[in-house]
Amino acid sequence: MYDIKKIREQFPMLNGKKMQGHPLVYLDNASTTFKPQCVIDATVKYYSEETANHHRGDYDLLYNMDQKVQKARQTVAHFVNSDAKEVVFTSGDTMSLNLIALSYGFQFLKKGDEIILSENEHASDLLPWYEVSHLTGAVIKFIPLDEEGRLTVDNLKKIISNKTKVISVAHVSNVLGNVVDIKAFAKVAHENGAILVVDGAQSVPHMKIDFKDADIDFLTFSGHKMCGPTGIGCLIGKYELLEKMWPYFVGGGMNVSFNKDIEMVPYEPPMRFEAGTQNIAGILGLKAAIEFIESIGVENIHVHDRELCEYALSKLEKCDDVIIYNKNAKNGIITFNKKGVFAQDEATLLNSKGIAIRSGQHCAKILNDFLGIPATCRMSTYLYTTKEDIDAFVDAVINGGDILDAYFN
Amino acid sequence: MLTLTNDMMRSIIMDHYSNPMNKHQPTSDKFEQIHMHSDNCIDDLNIFLLIENGIVTDACFDGVACTISTASTDIMCDLLKGKKIDEAKNIIKQYDNMIHEQPFDEEVLDEAIVFINTSKQAARIRCATIGWNAADAILKGK
Ligand SMILES: Cc1ncc(COP(=O)(O)O)c(C=O)c1O
Repeated sequence: MYDIKKIREQFPMLNGKKMQGHPLVYLDNASTTFKPQCVIDATVKYYSEETANHHRGDYDLLYNMDQKVQKARQTVAHFVNSDAKEVVFTSGDTMSLNLIALSYGFQFLKKGDEIILSENEHASDLLPWYEVSHLTGAVIKFIPLDEEGRLTVDNLKKIISNKTKVISVAHVSNVLGNVVDIKAFAKVAHENGAILVVDGAQSVPHMKIDFKDADIDFLTFSGHKMCGPTGIGCLIGKYELLEKMWPYFVGGGMNVSFNKDIEMVPYEPPMRFEAGTQNIAGILGLKAAIEFIESIGVENIHVHDRELCEYALSKLEKCDDVIIYNKNAKNGIITFNKKGVFAQDEATLLNSKGIAIRSGQHCAKILNDFLGIPATCRMSTYLYTTKEDIDAFVDAVINGGDILDAYFN
Repeated sequence: MLTLTNDMMRSIIMDHYSNPMNKHQPTSDKFEQIHMHSDNCIDDLNIFLLIENGIVTDACFDGVACTISTASTDIMCDLLKGKKIDEAKNIIKQYDNMIHEQPFDEEVLDEAIVFINTSKQAARIRCATIGWNAADAILKGK
């Protein structure tokens, strides 16, 4: 059974925290998530009881830490069904995507090659490829969105060609919450000699992903969006690709040898991509976060998100003043505007009632051209969100008065 | 000095938001211009000042902006028109003090006093000051 009360008890941020004098209703989980005590404990324990570097070393403390980091790698691998040696620790999703762009894109793409992206990508999945385009002369093309803002295999097929070398898309859009059929995308990519990069920032925390079965080439995500610490994330890459890729972040801990002839021999992956002392507390915290999510069941989290969004939609749809941009998205994100109200003003009004949602362009600035509006409000749920949170949110949206209440009440 | 009730303040803000008289393109190419965008709101504004013989003779703005930035910039334009550069700078300074809960001179702020509660919604301070910072930047060199 999904015991929401027991789950919430484990989150210090959910135990009595207030905002603007109201109990906090946190609905900005697509941005970042709260941490359960077990994650906090795992990071604190590193600093208070287990501090040591990892990598090679001759004393117990360090050896033990190295073992723990390797265990964490296995935990991640098990979670997404990859091999442990396919798991690279990074500072987060953004760094993972930059790493792929640099070590795969910059290294293997040349003038005239094509990179396929989408109009609903986050800046972190667009801008690294823009750099690759500038550096190599590769051309960027955008998959047209269908009328509901979705990415379809048909539209991918329309623009893919034998020049396409890389397709990079978000598994779940952080604005519209639509889910891409990554298995089908991978098949089309491979039939055309391209690789598929999947930005899993919004999917890995919320749904079961099988890296091997989907046959995707790279998967990226951030720990902080799945109850883990900030500053830690992963790049999962097919081993045969990682092996071909040269590391451009270099330094200690990633090389076998170097000499005065300006030569360096890197380690095998994944270590070659982990130059310098890693965010060890973050790695241990991420491990704890994954174990926490697995104890609930990521499939159950997905169902929970869906139930809450269906519930919210059923109420919001009754209100003529609320425009919803993603009625049919199957995820924990609702993107909306109140008619005649500037998105930021709506968010401020909700803030005054203790409700945290996001307004703006959500780092996906191209998408707003598609929607034809300057900004939207986005509410997003997670495993600890309650029906009461939704009730408070819906009530504030429908009956909340206007933005100036936030200043004068 | 204006003595305003909350309701009066609200209607002043709403008036300047729904019907911003100074939100238009400049009437000549003699205006000095600054473009501002906010990183926490999506406000994206151009501010135009016409400065002749040490006096701000006209002020206007355009762009995309929320209630608070639209209304505060519109009120600012009204306030700056006809002021000497030093007076204009002082008005902006007093406004900034008010927004940041420092002692300020109400006399010079006139209608801009309606933004006195901005610190209640700290995330919107940027919106309440974006137009003012732009005007300040134009006046700085003077
Ligand atoms: C789809 C998507 N990609 C990438 C990112 C970037 O993640 P991070 O800031 O954790 O690197 C986000 C986060 O907002 C996202 O939603």
